[in-house]
Amino acid sequence: MEMKMVNIHIDNILYEVTGGKNLLETCLSLGFDIPYFCFHPALGSVGACRLCAVKKYANPDDKKGRIIMSCMEEVVEGLIISTTDPEVKAFRASVLESLMISHPHDCPVCDEGGECHLQDMLVMTGHAYRRYRFKKQTYNNQELGPFINHEMNRCIQCYRCVRYYRNYAGGKDLNVYGSANHIYFGRHKDGTLENEFSGNLVEVCPTGVFTDKTLKNHYARKWDLTNAPSVCVHCSLGCNTIMGSRYGSVRRVLSRYNGSVNGYFLCDRGRFGYEFLNGQEKIKNTYFRSEKALNKEDKPEEKYTSWLKEAIINKKIVGIGSPRASLESNYALSGLVGESNFYHGISASDQNLVKRAIKVLQSGVAKIPSLREMEDCDAVFIIGEDVTNTAPMIALAVRQASRHRYLNEAARLGIRKWNDTPARELDHDLRSPLFIASPFNTKLDDVASEVYNGSPDNIADLGYYVASLIDTSIRIKPETDKKLLKTARLIAESLMASENPLIVSGVSSNNEDQINASFNIALSLSKKGKKPSLSLVFTESNSVGLGMMKGGSLNDVIDLAAKGNLETVVILENDLYRRTEKINADLILDKSVNIVVLDHISNETTTKAGLLFPVTSSAECTGTIINNEGRAQRYFSALPETDTVRPSWQWLSYIMNLAENGENERLPGYDDIVNSMALKNPAFGLIRDKLPSAAFRFYNEKIPRQTPRFSGRTAMDAYKSVREPKPPEDNYSPLAFTMEAYKGLPPSDLVPFYWSPGWNSIQSMNKYMEEPNGHLKNGGDPGVLMLKNESSVSDDYFSKTGNKTIPAEDEVMIIPVWQIFGSEELSSLGKAISERSGSPYVIINEEDIKKLGISGDESCRIIVKNTIIIVKVIVNSFIPEGVAGLSYYLPGVPYLALPLPGKLKKHEKEI
Amino acid sequence: MEFPLTQYIKQNSSEPDIREFEKAGGYLAAKKILGKTAPAEVVNIVKSSGLMGRGGGGFPTGVKWSLVPKEVHGSGIKYLIANADEMEPGTFKDRYLLEKNPHLLIEGMIICSYAIQAQKAYIFIRWAYKKAEKVIRKALDEAYNKGYLGENILGTGFNLDIHIHVSAGRYICGEETALINSLEGKRGIPRSKPPFPAASGLFGQPTIINNVETLCCIPSIVEKGPDWFKGLSLTGEGGTKLYGVSGHVKKPGLWELPMGTTIREIIEDHAGGMIEGYKLRGIIPGGGSTDFLIDSHLDTKMDFASIRSAGSRLGTGTIVVLDDKTCPVAFIHNLIRFFAVESCGWCTPCREGLPWIEKLLRSIEEGNGKPEDIDILEFHTHYLAPGNTFCAHAPGAVEPLQSGLKYFREDFVKHINEHHCPWK
Repeated sequence: MEMKMVNIHIDNILYEVTGGKNLLETCLSLGFDIPYFCFHPALGSVGACRLCAVKKYANPDDKKGRIIMSCMEEVVEGLIISTTDPEVKAFRASVLESLMISHPHDCPVCDEGGECHLQDMLVMTGHAYRRYRFKKQTYNNQELGPFINHEMNRCIQCYRCVRYYRNYAGGKDLNVYGSANHIYFGRHKDGTLENEFSGNLVEVCPTGVFTDKTLKNHYARKWDLTNAPSVCVHCSLGCNTIMGSRYGSVRRVLSRYNGSVNGYFLCDRGRFGYEFLNGQEKIKNTYFRSEKALNKEDKPEEKYTSWLKEAIINKKIVGIGSPRASLESNYALSGLVGESNFYHGISASDQNLVKRAIKVLQSGVAKIPSLREMEDCDAVFIIGEDVTNTAPMIALAVRQASRHRYLNEAARLGIRKWNDTPARELDHDLRSPLFIASPFNTKLDDVASEVYNGSPDNIADLGYYVASLIDTSIRIKPETDKKLLKTARLIAESLMASENPLIVSGVSSNNEDQINASFNIALSLSKKGKKPSLSLVFTESNSVGLGMMKGGSLNDVIDLAAKGNLETVVILENDLYRRTEKINADLILDKSVNIVVLDHISNETTTKAGLLFPVTSSAECTGTIINNEGRAQRYFSALPETDTVRPSWQWLSYIMNLAENGENERLPGYDDIVNSMALKNPAFGLIRDKLPSAAFRFYNEKIPRQTPRFSGRTAMDAYKSVREPKPPEDNYSPLAFTMEAYKGLPPSDLVPFYWSPGWNSIQSMNKYMEEPNGHLKNGGDPGVLMLKNESSVSDDYFSKTGNKTIPAEDEVMIIPVWQIFGSEELSSLGKAISERSGSPYVIINEEDIKKLGISGDESCRIIVKNTIIIVKVIVNSFIPEGVAGLSYYLPGVPYLALPLPGKLKKHEKEI
Repeated sequence: MEFPLTQYIKQNSSEPDIREFEKAGGYLAAKKILGKTAPAEVVNIVKSSGLMGRGGGGFPTGVKWSLVPKEVHGSGIKYLIANADEMEPGTFKDRYLLEKNPHLLIEGMIICSYAIQAQKAYIFIRWAYKKAEKVIRKALDEAYNKGYLGENILGTGFNLDIHIHVSAGRYICGEETALINSLEGKRGIPRSKPPFPAASGLFGQPTIINNVETLCCIPSIVEKGPDWFKGLSLTGEGGTKLYGVSGHVKKPGLWELPMGTTIREIIEDHAGGMIEGYKLRGIIPGGGSTDFLIDSHLDTKMDFASIRSAGSRLGTGTIVVLDDKTCPVAFIHNLIRFFAVESCGWCTPCREGLPWIEKLLRSIEEGNGKPEDIDILEFHTHYLAPGNTFCAHAPGAVEPLQSGLKYFREDFVKHINEHHCPWK
């Protein structure tokens, strides 16, 4: 709907504002502190809590006015309101009095205390004295799984949880029960909240009903946390997070608003996946030849320096990089070993896919949408990528995109999008076109207009066919599969009929044809005058950054090993056993004379290191990663540096110094490494120029990581020494590990926490953005886009690769099934995530089960090449015959270059 | 005098079947207009009849119908819903019509559906009205068999299906938007307006919700004309009205009388006056959610405008009489207890305010009241005012309380000072 500027009077002052918005969000944007509960910028207005009352006057002569709810009032020309009218203020306080009737007043033992929206609103409205003299209403609490703690007595019935969980996130197992003053928000019975975005309840709930259970294990108040702006490393989307730490361990992760990326929310893997940072696997010391951990007192350099010199001076060094290491570290390794000796640390086929995907994105035939822009697409086709499990926040964005059609209908009826209830009432057979082609059922199927279940190759065929229907000049073998044909026609028509079509695919199913086909569709659409968007999913946080660098694949290293050409190998934050078959990883590690490994978590590769350097994780140092949109983003450390652990790039520079001079000279600082990266690779100049450097200061000051109320600074370490130590230095960023320094609104990419006078809760976020749901103040949405169109890429269609493997008679095609909890390396080391990941399984069609003589719900043996895996069989009625989906990377599932043909046999238990 | 609503009803006999109904002139109105009069013209006829919604709101029925858009998007279907979820305390008028004259409602629904071009209609009936449900089901079968419902009705090409939905039994589902939610299988909570159901109602489609009595007025309006209907009334508000009286009167009951009959006439002439030994202290004129009127109001005419100027609402037009042998605090407590339980729990003031009032009134009635309780009760009558709450439930619920505090304040004070109920 058209948005015009209108003039309105608030408290006798004239403002020119955008018309058509609701009055509450307009007032919040203008800086008014209007209390509210049930409104949420992402969820809209429903008028339930009645707290955001203001006085509205019919005309300038109207002195009496009437109370209205600002969240439900559309901003129109000539609106006259008062936010400070005594009657209004008394009414708001009365609403709080009502809400406090049954509230347990247990703030001192409540995890929300100190960042509680309810506390803020109590202070803001001024309600203080209790008149209610009867008994409180009490409720039972539920066990909701490893992520969320439930304490229903604190509930103020704002309904935000169910509106978020059911309407926004598509969850089914949380609801509101009862009526009158017996309203209950919970599951129908105890049990784990199943939705992949349940963690947002922690932030959506205005009080302590839903709190972070992982935080409970090592609780600290918001004001006591040392916080840092961070970027999630658990998939390729790069959602912005706030990481909070205390006493040297990470305590929790919150969503950090980025109007172009994750908005207000995070997926549960991103929110609860941090626990690995505090786990036993964390490497804290240098290990030399598998001896005991070397502390600072052991003077480790004296022990290993001569060995290291021997290993590197005048030796051919092979460097194996990693898609989960920062750009800086990969660059430092490439610099140490030379581009010709730098390898990406992923298999040739994985690397090809990544390179192909980047090439497709750079081709310029389609817009690369941000997560936010995906929400605005009015027709979506997902090709072979189970986004809920590989890039969860895309699933959340696509779910919002599917609302377009009924929101248009609402607009026609004059209903604004923010007017949430009536807008959602139109959600009857009015979903936007969403097509999902997947080998099995996915969590988005409930909003899909059509689901096509076929083998990965069939899915690619469908994609190719859709492109040929849009652009009939494409020559393609006539399709005989009637179902495929029908679906393809429907998809082609819908994409052509849409204004803003979106194609989503990715590398997770290891199928080049699917990426080619998605390119073809995008190209055909743009040739027909459409402006398509194309989003491709990668597997890791820095897959794109690494893919933009020159380098070979792990297969090249395997060849070198097989030829006996490996002397010294430097492995950067990479477990080779997750990248190639065990036999190949063993080959590399056995054939190398000297193995130097840099990592922050121990794994099979680190155990084989001759010299193992402890390096910083993303929680301990500044770093840059590039997400699937090509957005380079910088994360900052939540934890101060320790004596023994250093960033990988610094260890690598140290090794370089040794190699060049035999001496340890001054090590480069963070800005040095970014500068030299930009000099070497001009494309990375943007990273140097647009992202905050370590030397950056805001009004000559650093940004404090601690809130002004940080407590215990003098007492925290008093058991060691009563002298107050100097706060830790941070040489890698413009942030400081103190509560001093700059006090105002920080630059948008350096927001360590949300706080504003009167707003201790997360709702203070409103003050950091231009308007609710809008872009951030002080610099806009963080990140710099790196994937520029390269005109050199041809705009010819891809033709089918034709590399089809056909399983033998007694075999099925084993394809990877990714799981949000368990398939990702780092997060699955944490306790909460591992509790959700379960044991490995295979999904297979009932017909195949009969044919293969195995049975559902029992174990079976999967034989692929020389590998035997024992997994549970789960019957799936969607997966096509001849295809079996193996839960990828779940504990007990080794690396396999899936898809591969394999045999499924009944598992006879050994006696 | 003519009684269009009750003319076919014989006391102490079962409801007329379709043949008896037709014989008495039933379905003539439907036959008269279907395919012969333009739908918009039917809307105009009803508009000019001055018929006002009999469910309690008193909104002009014809105007409501005229808000339905001509063009329909989405599924293309428009809906009519007959609101038979009669749960207003003290009200039993729709039940009488449902049980005694089901075909009149069906005929009214056919005409209304034709006027607004609805293809589907629902009768949303209170779960406790078991007999009414049975009677309506039978009548619907008869109407289908006779070709008054289904496809190509009376050969006019007009299609209409009527479904019965038995409500789960919540007072708030009588509120039209909560009714729609409930019918869709959602929680029975009201929706925000605008959009009004006429623009976006059931399943997001244009929908008209009318009270049973309202729909039952339609056939005679169409048959005999709007002027005739207007002439039935003693005031400017057209038609007859079903008035009821309950309480300690000699002959509690229900009568169809000209709109605007005075309270005194209804109570004294039709209900036979107070039982010997009982003295009238006040009445609530239109069900449990209307303000008290007292003996000085007895000559007020029972229509929407007159009762409003007397300080109450006509509501459903069914009077409950409060006498001198009944404790007004207990009377109001009983009503508030109902409304507190029936709050849907959506908005804060209603959800938390009504139970607090209920507890205070119980406490006062049990002799545990405190002097400040009256202030808190008084406060709630302002706090739960229209506009402060999401819908009209709580403002209606506190009407008897606010007027009770005005007319019977000394009784509240006595309870508190004497630490017991003077009537016990």
